[in-house]
Amino acid sequence: MSMAQATRDPGVQTPLRRFVADFAESRVAMAGLAVFALVLGAALLAPLLSPQNPYDLNQLDIMDGRQPPMTKSLEGFVFWLGSDDQGRDMLSAIFYGLRTSLGVGAMSAVGALAIGMAAGLLAAYFGGRVESVVMRVVDIQLSFPSILVALILLAVLGQGTWKIILALICVQWAYYARTVRGTALVERRKEYIEAARCLALGHRRIVFRHLLPNCLPPLIVVVTVQVAHAIALEATLSFLGIGLPITEPSLGLLIANGFEYLLSGKYWISFFPGVALLVTIVSINLVGDQLRDVLNPRLQK
Amino acid sequence: MTVFVIRRLMQSGLVLFVMSLIVFFGVYAIGDPIEIFISPEADQIERERAKAALGLDRPVWAQYFAFLGAAFQGDLGRSFVFNMPAITLILQRMPATLELAVSALLLGIVVGLPLGMYAGYRPNSAGAKAILAGSILGFSLPTFWVGLMLIMVFAVNLGWLPSTGRGQTATYLGITSSLFTVDGLRHLAMPALNLALFKISLIIRLARAGMRENMLMDYVRFARAKGLPMRRVVFVHVFKNILIPIVTVIGLELGSTIAFAVVTESIFAWPGMGKLIIDSIQRLDRPVIVAYLCIIVFMFIVINLVVDILYSVLDPRVRLSEAKG
Amino acid sequence: MTAPTLVVEDLRTWFHTRAGVVKAVDGVSFSVAPGRVMGLVGESGSGKSVTGFSIMGLVDPPGRVVSGRILFGGRDIAAMPEDELRHLRGRRIAMIFQDPMMTLNPVLRIDTQMIEAIRAHEDVSRDEARRRARDALGQVGIPSPDERLAAYPHQFSGGMRQRVAIAIALLNRAELIVADEPTTALDVTIQGQILFEMQRLARQTGTALLWITHDLSVVASLADEVCVMYAGRIVERGTVDDVLDRPAHPYTAGLIGSVPSRNLRGQPLQQIPGVMPSMLSLPAGCAFRTRCARADEACASEPAERGFGAGRVARCVHPLVEPVP
Repeated sequence: MSMAQATRDPGVQTPLRRFVADFAESRVAMAGLAVFALVLGAALLAPLLSPQNPYDLNQLDIMDGRQPPMTKSLEGFVFWLGSDDQGRDMLSAIFYGLRTSLGVGAMSAVGALAIGMAAGLLAAYFGGRVESVVMRVVDIQLSFPSILVALILLAVLGQGTWKIILALICVQWAYYARTVRGTALVERRKEYIEAARCLALGHRRIVFRHLLPNCLPPLIVVVTVQVAHAIALEATLSFLGIGLPITEPSLGLLIANGFEYLLSGKYWISFFPGVALLVTIVSINLVGDQLRDVLNPRLQK
Repeated sequence: MTVFVIRRLMQSGLVLFVMSLIVFFGVYAIGDPIEIFISPEADQIERERAKAALGLDRPVWAQYFAFLGAAFQGDLGRSFVFNMPAITLILQRMPATLELAVSALLLGIVVGLPLGMYAGYRPNSAGAKAILAGSILGFSLPTFWVGLMLIMVFAVNLGWLPSTGRGQTATYLGITSSLFTVDGLRHLAMPALNLALFKISLIIRLARAGMRENMLMDYVRFARAKGLPMRRVVFVHVFKNILIPIVTVIGLELGSTIAFAVVTESIFAWPGMGKLIIDSIQRLDRPVIVAYLCIIVFMFIVINLVVDILYSVLDPRVRLSEAKG
Repeated sequence: MTAPTLVVEDLRTWFHTRAGVVKAVDGVSFSVAPGRVMGLVGESGSGKSVTGFSIMGLVDPPGRVVSGRILFGGRDIAAMPEDELRHLRGRRIAMIFQDPMMTLNPVLRIDTQMIEAIRAHEDVSRDEARRRARDALGQVGIPSPDERLAAYPHQFSGGMRQRVAIAIALLNRAELIVADEPTTALDVTIQGQILFEMQRLARQTGTALLWITHDLSVVASLADEVCVMYAGRIVERGTVDDVLDRPAHPYTAGLIGSVPSRNLRGQPLQQIPGVMPSMLSLPAGCAFRTRCARADEACASEPAERGFGAGRVARCVHPLVEPVP
C-alpha cells in the first residue's frame, strides 16, 4: 500500500528513489552507466552484432590478413577496425573478447563476493578466535599486491579459464571480507540487532535479514571497483601469456597478438581492443565513484 | 619497540615458511619439466638420467626438505634453463628492477604530489577537475596497454626513444645503473613513466584528500589567524601533516611497484627479475619460480617493517607512545 | 572617552549553501573599547563564532560577509584585501580558539609554531623570536618554558595547550583579541585561572577583548559589556550589570534563569522550551517568538531595536523592562 503510493506520488521519497535521484545528479556517472550498458549489450549480443564469427576458421581468409581499418573484406563486409594476421575482423573479435572479459570478471566477482561475504559476516558476528584467524589471513593477503598473488597462484595452478577465475577470486575475496566485517561490526553494535536478539530470532535470520542488508551499500561500491580491477588484471595476465588460454581470446590476448605488429606500424590490432578495455573499465569506475559518493553516509548532505 | 620488532619478525618468518610450502608443492603440480627439456624421441634411460641430474627422481617431500635445507644456506636450486644458481640469476636481475621501480616511485612523487596538493587546495577550479579526471583515467588505464601506446607514439611514430632494453649503464659510487648515462636514461624514460602512471594517480588522490581534509582543520585556521602567509600554511603546516600517510603509502607501494614491474619489464624487454619470472613460468623453470617468489615475499616483509619504523620516526605522536611503551 | 578599538556596524555574514542561504550573522552591531572586555553570548549556532571569524577575515566559502562594516584602527576589515588583512591578523588582532586539542599543529614543535608567528610580522632574528616566545610562555604560567619550547603539542595537557595558544595570541601585543570559547573545553579550576589572567592582561596592556561564550557565568565574572545573540542577531546589548540584573529580552531572562544557582536549591530549574529553529527556515519577525511565553501576533513583524538607557538596547516587542526613549 505505502509502496504503491510512493511510486505513484513523485513527492514521496523512498530510499530507492532518493538513491536514483542522487546518482543521476552526476552527468558523468550517468554517461558512464550508459556506456557500460552499451558495452554489456555488445558483449551479450556479440553473435548478432558481429559481421563474422571470428573463431570459425571457415569464415576467415588469410588473404584478408592485416587490413587497416575501413578496408573492404573479400567477403564483402567492411573491416571497420581492421583485421588481424589471420584475416579476423577486429570489431567482431572485440565483441567476442568483451564477452570473455566481462564473463570472467563477473564470475570471479560473484565467487569472491560469496566467499568474502561469508568470511566477513562470520568474523563480525562470532568474533573471538574465528575473527582473529580470518582477519589475520585477510591482512596478510592484502599486504601483497594483487598481481603477485595472481602470479603465485597461476605459477602453482597452471593455465586455464577456471584457474584464472579461481586466481581472481583469491585476489579479491579479502577486500569483500574486510568491507563486510567493517560495516557488520558497526551494525552489530546498533540497537536493532540487540532488539532482534532479545526477540530470540535465530542467528541465520539476524545475519541475513538484519545484518546483511545494512552491509550492502559499501559492498556495492567494492563490487564495482573490484569487477573493474578483475577485468584489468585478467587482461594483464592474458597479455603476459599466463592468463586465459588461446582458445578463450579475451581482450588482453587480442592486445598481445597485436604487439609484434605494433612495431611495424600496424597499430589497430592492439589499439582497438585496448580502447574497448579502457572504455569498459572507465565506465565501471565512473559508476563506482558516484556510488561511493552517494552511498557514503559521511558525505550525505 | 624491540618486542614489537621481534614479534613482527617471527610473524614474517612464519609467512615466509608457509609461502615456500605453498609455492614449492604447487609448482610441483604444474607439470613435468622433463617433458619440456628432453626431446620426445629420447629413450627411457636418457629420461631417467636427466631426472636424476635435476633431482626430480626423489619424492616430493624429500625434494622440499632438500630445498629448504639448501635455502637456509642461500641456495634456492639451479635454473634448468640457464644452468646456474637461481638465486644468483635473480640477484643479477634485481638491480635493473629496483632501478626501474625507484625511478617510477620518484616520478610518481615529483608529478603526483604537486598536482594532488593543488587539486585539494582549489577543489572547485577547472584545473583541479582536470587533474582528478586524469587520475581516474590513470587508475583505469591498463598499464600494459599504456606501455604499448607509449611504444607506438614515442618509438614507432616519433622515433624519439628506444623501446627495448636497458641501454648503456655506468658505475657511480659502486652502483651500476642506467641512471648515469644519457643512453640509459633514454631507455629508462618510457618504462619508468609507464610504471609510474598508477603511482601518480594514487599520490594525486592521497595528496588531494589529505589537503582537503587538513585545510578544514582548526590548526590551519589558527595558523592563518597568526597571520602566516598562505604558502607557509600550505607548505609547512599542511604539507607536514599530509606527508605522513603519503610516505607510508609510498613505502608500501615500493613492493607493489616491484611486483607490477613484471608487466612493464615484459613490454619493454627490461632485463629485470619481472621479465625473468614470466619467462620462467612459461618455460616451467621451477627453481627460478620458487626462488623468485621466496625472494619477493622476503622483500615485502622487509619493506613493510621498514615502513612501520619510518612511520614512527615521522610522526611524533607515534614516536613518543612507542618510547613510553 | 577613548575611541573604540573595534566597531562592528550592521554586519551580515551569509552562507550560500545548496539548501539555501544561511544568514548566520544578520545585522550585528557593537563596539569594544581599549582595555575593555565584551562578552558575546549565545547558544551554539547563534552566529557568535561566525561573528568572530568575520572580524578575523577568516570566513571560508560558501560563507561571505555580504554587507556591513568592521572598523578597526579606522580601516574597514570587511573591505580589506587579503594581503593587508594577513598583516593585521596575528599582529594587531589575535584569536584564541575553542578546542586547544585541535588548534596547535600536531607535527610541529611549539617553538616552531611560536617563532613563525613573530617572524611572519617582524624581521627579528630566530634567537630574539625564541626569547620572546619563552617570555610569553612564562607570562601565561607555563613552568620551565625553556624546555617546553622544544616539545610537541601532544606532550601538553589541554589546559597547558590553551595557555600556549594564549601565549601565541599575546606574542605580538595585539590591540584586539578575539577569544572563541577558549575555556569551554577546560576544567573549572583551570578556566578560573585563565579568566583571571586574561582580565589582568586586558587591563594592563589596554588590549580590547571580545569573549565569545555560551556560558553566562563566564561573562558575569569577566566582561564589562555583553551582547546576547540569537539566530544571527543581537537581541540585547548593554553593560553586564544592567543586562544580567534586569534583562529586557525574554531570551536573556531565559538564559539567566537556566543557570543553576545555589540560592535556588530545591526549586525546579527554569528552562527555555524548544530548540533554536533551523537557520534555513527562521520564522518571520522575531526569531524567538516560537519559544517565547510573551509572544503574540505583534511579534510576527520585525521588532525594532529599542533603547533602555545608558547604551542599552534590545529587540523585543514585549520587553521585560520599560523602554527609555
